[in-house]
Amino acid sequence: MTAASPIRIWDIPGGIHPQENKLQSLGHGIETPPLPRELIVPLQQHIGARAEPCVAVGDKVLKGQLIAEASGFVSCPLHAPTSGTVTAIGPAPYPHASGLEEWAIRIEADGEDRWCELDPISDFRALEPAALLDIIRASGISGLGGAGFPTAVKLKARPEQKIHTLIVNGTECEPYITADDSAMRYRAEQIVSGIEVLMHILRPEQVLIGIEDNKPEAIEAMRAAVGERPMQVVVFPTKYPSGGEKQLIQILTGKEVPSGGLPADLGMVCQNVGTLLAIHDAVVLGQPLIKRITTLTGDALSHPTNVEALIGTPIRELLTFAGLQPEKLYRLVMGGPMMGFTLQSMDAPIVKTTNCLLAGSKAELPPPPPAQPCIRCGLCAEACPASLLPQQLHFFALGKDYDQLKRQNLFDCIECGACSYVCPSSIPLVQYYRAAKSEIRALDLQQHKADHSRQRFEHRQERLQREAEQKERDRIARAEKAARLKAAKEAEAAKQADSDAAVPAADAPAPKAGGLTPEQKQLKIAAATAQMALKKAQKQLTANPDNADLQAQIPQLEQAAREAQEAFDKAQGEVSNQPAAPAPQAAGEDDAKKLKIEAAMLRAALKKAERAAGDNPSDQQQAEIAKLREQAEAAEARVPATAAAKKPVDETLKQAKLDLAMARAATRKTERALAESPDDADLQAQLATQQQALSAAEKALHEAENSSPIPPPERQRVDKKPVDEQLRELKTNLATTKADFKRAERELKDATEAGGDTAAAERELATRRAALDVAAKAFADYMASKETN
Amino acid sequence: MSMIITAIVVLLGLALIFGAVLGFAAVRFKVDGDPIVDQINNLLPQTQCGQCGHPGCRPYAEGIANGEPINKCPPGGESTIQALADLLDVEALPLDAEHGEEKPRMVAYIREAECIGCTKCIQACPVDAILGAAKQMHTVIVDECTGCDLCVEPCPVDCIDMLPLPTTPQNWKWDFPLPSSALIATDANRGAA
Repeated sequence: MTAASPIRIWDIPGGIHPQENKLQSLGHGIETPPLPRELIVPLQQHIGARAEPCVAVGDKVLKGQLIAEASGFVSCPLHAPTSGTVTAIGPAPYPHASGLEEWAIRIEADGEDRWCELDPISDFRALEPAALLDIIRASGISGLGGAGFPTAVKLKARPEQKIHTLIVNGTECEPYITADDSAMRYRAEQIVSGIEVLMHILRPEQVLIGIEDNKPEAIEAMRAAVGERPMQVVVFPTKYPSGGEKQLIQILTGKEVPSGGLPADLGMVCQNVGTLLAIHDAVVLGQPLIKRITTLTGDALSHPTNVEALIGTPIRELLTFAGLQPEKLYRLVMGGPMMGFTLQSMDAPIVKTTNCLLAGSKAELPPPPPAQPCIRCGLCAEACPASLLPQQLHFFALGKDYDQLKRQNLFDCIECGACSYVCPSSIPLVQYYRAAKSEIRALDLQQHKADHSRQRFEHRQERLQREAEQKERDRIARAEKAARLKAAKEAEAAKQADSDAAVPAADAPAPKAGGLTPEQKQLKIAAATAQMALKKAQKQLTANPDNADLQAQIPQLEQAAREAQEAFDKAQGEVSNQPAAPAPQAAGEDDAKKLKIEAAMLRAALKKAERAAGDNPSDQQQAEIAKLREQAEAAEARVPATAAAKKPVDETLKQAKLDLAMARAATRKTERALAESPDDADLQAQLATQQQALSAAEKALHEAENSSPIPPPERQRVDKKPVDEQLRELKTNLATTKADFKRAERELKDATEAGGDTAAAERELATRRAALDVAAKAFADYMASKETN
Repeated sequence: MSMIITAIVVLLGLALIFGAVLGFAAVRFKVDGDPIVDQINNLLPQTQCGQCGHPGCRPYAEGIANGEPINKCPPGGESTIQALADLLDVEALPLDAEHGEEKPRMVAYIREAECIGCTKCIQACPVDAILGAAKQMHTVIVDECTGCDLCVEPCPVDCIDMLPLPTTPQNWKWDFPLPSSALIATDANRGAA
């Protein structure tokens, strides 16, 4: 079906057709080399931040176990390629053009090749795309095509951009390399499974598998594996460098990735077939990326082949497996002959990006002929797949004109080497571009660092200035405070010196400093200072008797000294009177205590003496005991007297208080009862008497308090119900009428008992009752009106 | 006569209109040009080393703006002189040997066993690249160090070394190809001739 609807293909500008040399390594399928004795896993096998080791020297690790964690977003974790022991973590040989060492974890294989526990996903379609991305990230997958960009980051390079096209790169355009070809021939099913995982993550509208037409077996295998799935295997003519990501996109879609942009900007993602194989292994089998298919080829090998090698396998062991003939080896290249670089040591291991090891003989990879001057033929411009001007770039690179190089889009150069390949003057153009690029990158980095340093410097300057200002402010504040204090002291001294007077200090006997209050001290100091100033002035005057200023000063000073002394004396007199008052009381208490202590001590001494004397006391002891006893008794006799005096229990006061409380309670009770039945004359009369009793009790209490030696408690009088004049009048009126009524009652009673004329008494009683009623009513009305208010 | 007056009036009118337009444009589209001192400062390497005789790069930038020679910066070296010459349109001078010579990029390194924790180097560092406290061992943050060697002199126990920045695969640079003239025997002396 896919074959039935071939899609249109485009061409790229430029390109070359170098000798392919792919057949040599295709004869043996994919072989597995023997397990190496020691593996070297470099911490930097990808673009981005170096991985962070999470094992220690001496640790036992299992195959597939995490040994280094990703140290940033653009970074990749590393896993143990086989089971064994970590023997070293440190600089180790590294496959790099510089030949420099790089930090690596060395693992000594134990030969068991035992896997750690794996977590295969039986149905990845049940998982969320984010979960699958996490698996890809955790499995340490970076692009296996050659650049080594972390795959999970690449898949989400533009999160906001919908990916509509997934491109699978099976081009493998570079001569000699057959790793992807072999993978497609022998692992087509797994690659298609990896594509399905990516389809589940990205949900693209179309999937294009681009393969050059020089790999018919791979095309057949892939078509068979794809079957009816919605993927298209696109075959296009062989041309170098069709396999570049941007070039392949242009061939398959006709669109050009913008300068400095990413395929994701066009809604496309391009992945190498080797990467897809790794994704399949990671998701479906649960195996992290610890092995890859690598081509071993070149005339120096007697058995060129493709191997599935563990990452970290030393190159020497792989080449030995492929039948290395050291005498034939002239140059060892990692990568292809066009874009690869020369390795300086065979001790370096293979890494995730090692797709080919080319062990070339001298005839195969001859030393470049000496470069001739550029003849401006323009072949390079015709060959450039990125439509750059290699000549211009060359001249600007020679002149190190980096601004011009940037303007000529040097960074769009993919370093494919087509220009060098066609150059009739054998100018190593790519080497110029690479050198210029690294120089520009270094300068940018330096500029960035300079900006950073400037920022730090400026911030430091700011901070130092801030600190200096703060210090200055503090200093000024301190100086001001000191000045204020000094001024205050001087002002006080001056005031006292002015307002108070001083008799010459010698006249007043100076009291002991110990008994002085701070005020007195100050006054004393002021007086002394004034005196000193006076004396000094007098001395100076005797030295220079003609000094008019001094002469004028003397009387002033004399006056000031006198005033100061007077003030001091006055203060002294006041103070000495004050503490005299409380002293006797305190002395009384102290005496009592002292007496008690004395008595107790005497008693104790007596007991002791008695014990010491025992049953048969000597005369002397007896005399002593008798004396002690006498003393103790005398002391005790003195104590109770004071002790009794000390507790003045005032019975009258207590009684007065009790009376008052009882009277108050009774009054309250009656008041409450009266409020319920305001017309009850008995109650009213009762209330009146009780109120009288209450006021009497209050008076008694006041008298008792006044006469009592105990100081009255400090009370705050709270008048909850301020008594108004009208109420008082009504109450008084009610009480008097009530009293009159009672008297009338009594008179009637007396009259009845006497048996005399009761009519007058009865009339009198009736009048009184009427008056009482009127008064009670008036009172009740007033209370009612007050309540409603 | 009236023609002449008309012409003068028209020209005056035009002059006023254009003057007004230009005046408006000068205010409305005023460009705050990057002051020259900032531009010069951006070209200087910001090591703040003071080898030029100024306390930092910015003061030297101010000095250059006031007509000082541009060849007093050894850390910047040839490339900085060239960049300054391009910016200021003056002749590029060779580096003034009085102020030092161009050296590869260095970083300070404290021999930690010998450090007594006096904090003198911390106070000297212009970019706060030294970490430590009184009576505690100090160390240099390599990424922040500008290699100005201002910390070397104050150290009372001479435990600070200036080391060249190590080359790693990350900062390694491809070499430019050898100039082709050296490859041909007859060309060997051409430059000298």
